[in-house]
Amino acid sequence: MDGIKDRVAIIGMGCSKFGENWDKSADDMIVDSVYEAYEDAGIDPKDIQAAWLGTYVTEWTGQMLSRALKLDYIPVTRVENACATGSDALRNACYAVASGACDIALAVGVEKLKDSGYSGLPDFELFRRQQNTYRTRTYSPPGHFAMMATKYFDRYGLSPEEGKRIIGQIAVKNHHNGALAPKAHFQSEVTLEKVLAAPMVAWPLGLFDCCGVSDGAAAAIVTRADMAKNFRPDPIYLKALQIAVGPYEGYMNPKFDWTHVEETVRAGERAYAEAGIKNPREEISIAEVHDCFTITELVIMEDLKFSERGKAPEDVESGFFTLEGGLPVNTDGGLKCFGHPIGASGLRMMYEVYKQLQGKADKRQVKNPKLGLTHNLGGTPATASVSVIIAGNEKG
Amino acid sequence: MTGIVSYAPYLPLYRLSRAEIGRAWGTGGKGEKAVAAHDEDSLTMAVAAAQACLKKVDTARVDALFFASTTAPYMEKQCAATIAAVLNMPTSTYTCDFGGSLRCGTNALRAAVDAVNAGSARNVLVCIADCRLGMPNGGNEMAFGDGAAAYLIGSEGVVASIDSMYTMSDEIIDVFRSDRERYVKTWEVRFVRDDGHGRVVPQAIRAALEKSGQSLDTFAKVVMYSPDARQLASVTKMLKLDPERVQNTYFNEFGDTGSPQVLISLAAALESASPGDKMLVVSYGNGSDVLTLTATDGIASAKPSRGMDYYLNTKLQVPTYEKYLRWRRIVELEPPATAPLEQPSPVALWRDNKSGLDLHGVKCKVCGTPQYPAQRVCMECGAKDNFEDYSFSDKPAVLATFSHDRLGASIDPPTTVAAVDFEGGGRITIDMTDRDPEEVRIGMPIEMVFRILRYVGGFYTYWWKARPKRD
Repeated sequence: MDGIKDRVAIIGMGCSKFGENWDKSADDMIVDSVYEAYEDAGIDPKDIQAAWLGTYVTEWTGQMLSRALKLDYIPVTRVENACATGSDALRNACYAVASGACDIALAVGVEKLKDSGYSGLPDFELFRRQQNTYRTRTYSPPGHFAMMATKYFDRYGLSPEEGKRIIGQIAVKNHHNGALAPKAHFQSEVTLEKVLAAPMVAWPLGLFDCCGVSDGAAAAIVTRADMAKNFRPDPIYLKALQIAVGPYEGYMNPKFDWTHVEETVRAGERAYAEAGIKNPREEISIAEVHDCFTITELVIMEDLKFSERGKAPEDVESGFFTLEGGLPVNTDGGLKCFGHPIGASGLRMMYEVYKQLQGKADKRQVKNPKLGLTHNLGGTPATASVSVIIAGNEKG
Repeated sequence: MTGIVSYAPYLPLYRLSRAEIGRAWGTGGKGEKAVAAHDEDSLTMAVAAAQACLKKVDTARVDALFFASTTAPYMEKQCAATIAAVLNMPTSTYTCDFGGSLRCGTNALRAAVDAVNAGSARNVLVCIADCRLGMPNGGNEMAFGDGAAAYLIGSEGVVASIDSMYTMSDEIIDVFRSDRERYVKTWEVRFVRDDGHGRVVPQAIRAALEKSGQSLDTFAKVVMYSPDARQLASVTKMLKLDPERVQNTYFNEFGDTGSPQVLISLAAALESASPGDKMLVVSYGNGSDVLTLTATDGIASAKPSRGMDYYLNTKLQVPTYEKYLRWRRIVELEPPATAPLEQPSPVALWRDNKSGLDLHGVKCKVCGTPQYPAQRVCMECGAKDNFEDYSFSDKPAVLATFSHDRLGASIDPPTTVAAVDFEGGGRITIDMTDRDPEEVRIGMPIEMVFRILRYVGGFYTYWWKARPKRD
C-alpha cells in the first residue's frame, strides 16, 4: 500500500470570516471562501472538474454547492463525518486526484448554525436516537467531554481546582492566538481568572472551557503533485490523510478508560506511518487540533504523542504549545477562538497550516515550519470519527 | 391457607418539608411528605416495590399481576402489562389494573386471595402505588405523599394468612377526582372526616368482627387507612382502641400516600410481628375492605431488606417548594433554547421490549463478554449472532466517571451523566437520578432503577437510570 504521501498538493485555499454571521447565508459564505481559493490558485471556476461539499446539518446533497457557485454539471458529492466533515471532504477530493479520476478538485466545508436560535448545537436529539427508542443518556457535547475531564483529573491525582487551572491555560493560549487572526470569531484575549470564574456548563467544564457555536466556510483546491508547480511556486503537499471511526466502544466497554480517545491514537499512528514520521513531538512544526473543549486539547496532545501519557499538563504549564514554544498548537485560536462551524472546521485548520507553511501567517507565523498536522474529532471521547491529516511544504 | 408470601414497601427518596410548603404560602407546616422524583410515577414506584417483593422469590411461580392506583399513567393502556414486561414475566401472566378509590389496593388483594382460593392463579403479585396531587396552597397539598407497596399472595410459604375478608360499599362524594381534573378535591373537612371516614371505618370494623366472631382486642395491630394523624387518633378513640396497638401511618414522615398507605402501614406491622400475631387491616374509599390476618412461623424470614428503618432514615430533601412545582409540572417554565425532545417510535420500543424495558443485554458465548444494549456482533471478539440473554438490572455496579450537565435537555438541570461498570462485565452509560450532585464520586456503588425517560407524543417512554446505592 503506497499511501497518499506527495501525490496530491493544495494550490489554493479560502476561508470566510467565522462567527455569528447574521448577515450571511450558507451560500454567501460558500461563495466568499471558494472565490478566495480560486484567486489564490490562479484558476478559473471552469477548471474545477469535481467537487466535495462537507456539511453536517446545514443542508443535504451536493446540489447546494452547484447552486451557489453555478458549477457546470460537474460531479458534486456531499460528505459528512461529524466534526471531521471538512477534513473528509478534503480527503475525498485528494483521493479522486490521486486516483487519476480528475486533475483538479474542489473541497468545501460550510456550516450555518446561528439561524437556529439555539444555545448549543441542534444535534442533541440525533445523538440520542438509539434506533428510534431514545433509550440512552442525556446528551450534550460538554456533558460527554466533561466525563473525560472528571476521569482524567481523578486518574492523575489532580483536584478539580488543579485540573481546571491546567485546562484553563489552554483557553487563555487559544484566545491569545485567535486575537491575532482577523477572521476568527472571537478577537479578544481572556485571563485565567476569568476562565476559572466562569459559570459551570457541565461540571467540571465552565463556559470558557467550551468552544462556541459559529457560522463559516472554508475551501481547498487540490491537484496532482506533479502539476502543482504549474500553478504556484509554493504548493503544499499532502503527506497523510487518515480517518478512524470507532465502534461505539467507550459507552459499552469497561476497558475504555475515559482518559484518551482511541480513534485519535489509531488515526495518528496511521498518519505518522503514512507520512514517514518517527518522532511527532520533534518533527511536527505546527498542529491544528480539535479543541471543542479545553480538556479535549489536553488529551489530544497525549493521543497524538506530542506529550507522554499523563504529562500533557507539564507541557501546558511550560508553554510548550504556545506560539513561542517547541510545538505551537492552534496558532489561529482553534475551535475555541476561531470558531467551530462543524462542516468547515477541518478545512479551516488546513487553511492555517497552509498559510503557516507558506510563511503567510502574519503575526502568528512560526519559524521555518516544515510539517503541519490537522486533527478533528467528531463525536465524543467514547466514540468518534477522527481525522488526522499531515501536510508539508517540501516533497520527500 | 392463603395469604401473604412476600411483601415490600417503597417510598421515593425525596422528602418535602411542610414548613417549606408553608414558607411559600405564608403558613406553617409540621413534618414532611414523601415526594416522587420527576422521573417517577405510579408505574415506576410499583415496579420498585415489586422488585423488592420478588427479591427472594422465583418469579416463575408468579402467574398473575395486579396493579392498583388512582393515578395510573394511562386511562387506556394497561399498566400491569408494562410491569409484567419489566419483570420479564411470560405472556401467560394474568395482568389486571385496579383503580377508582383509595381501597383499590385492598380490592386487588381480595381479588388475589379469591383467585388463589378458586385455583385460577397460584401466586398473584399485587402492586399498589399512588402519586396524588393537591392543589397549590391547599390542605391536600400539605397532606398527600407518594408511595407504593407490593404483596405476593399465594398458598405455599405463607408468612401471614388472610383469614377473613369483609367489605362494605358506600356511595358518597367526599374525596374525588373526575376525568376532567388534575387535582384531588375534597368536600368540607368535617363532612369528610365525620360522615365519610369517621362513619364508615368504625361501622365496617364492627360489622366485620361480628361476622367473624372476633373482638378488637384479638388483634396485636390494627392497621387502618387514615387521611391524617388527627383522624387516626379520633377513630382510635371512637373504637376505644389502645393507641399502642394502632399502626402508625407515618403521616408526618411520608404523608397520606393514598391507596398504598394501608399496605405500607401493614408492611410496618408485619416486619415487627411475631408468629401468631393477628392483624386487622382496614381500607377506606367509597366503603371499606376489612381483612384479618395471622402471622405464621415464617413471618420473620419475609422481612424486606428495605423496611421502615431504611425508608425513615434514607432520604434527601427537596430543597425548595419551587423545585416540587417544577417536578410536578404545576408551573409552566420557559423552555431552554435547545432542540425540542423528539418522539420515540412505538415500533422501535416494541422491538426493544426485552432489552430496554427489562435492562437485558447479551453475553457472548464465545468470549463471555456481557454487553448492553443487545448486539449481533460481539464488541470484543467479533462473533456474530452467538449470544445468551444477560440481565444487568440485578448486578452490583460502580460509577466509572460522570459529569453534571447543565446544557442537555432536562426538566431539572443539571443532569448527571454516568458511565456505570457492572460486576461480571459490561458498561452502560446512562443518566443518574436520586442524587445530590455534591455526593457523586467515582467508584461509588450504583444500583439501577426503572424510571420515566420522556413523555412525548402522548405516551410514556420508560427506561432505566443509575442511582447511588445507599445500603
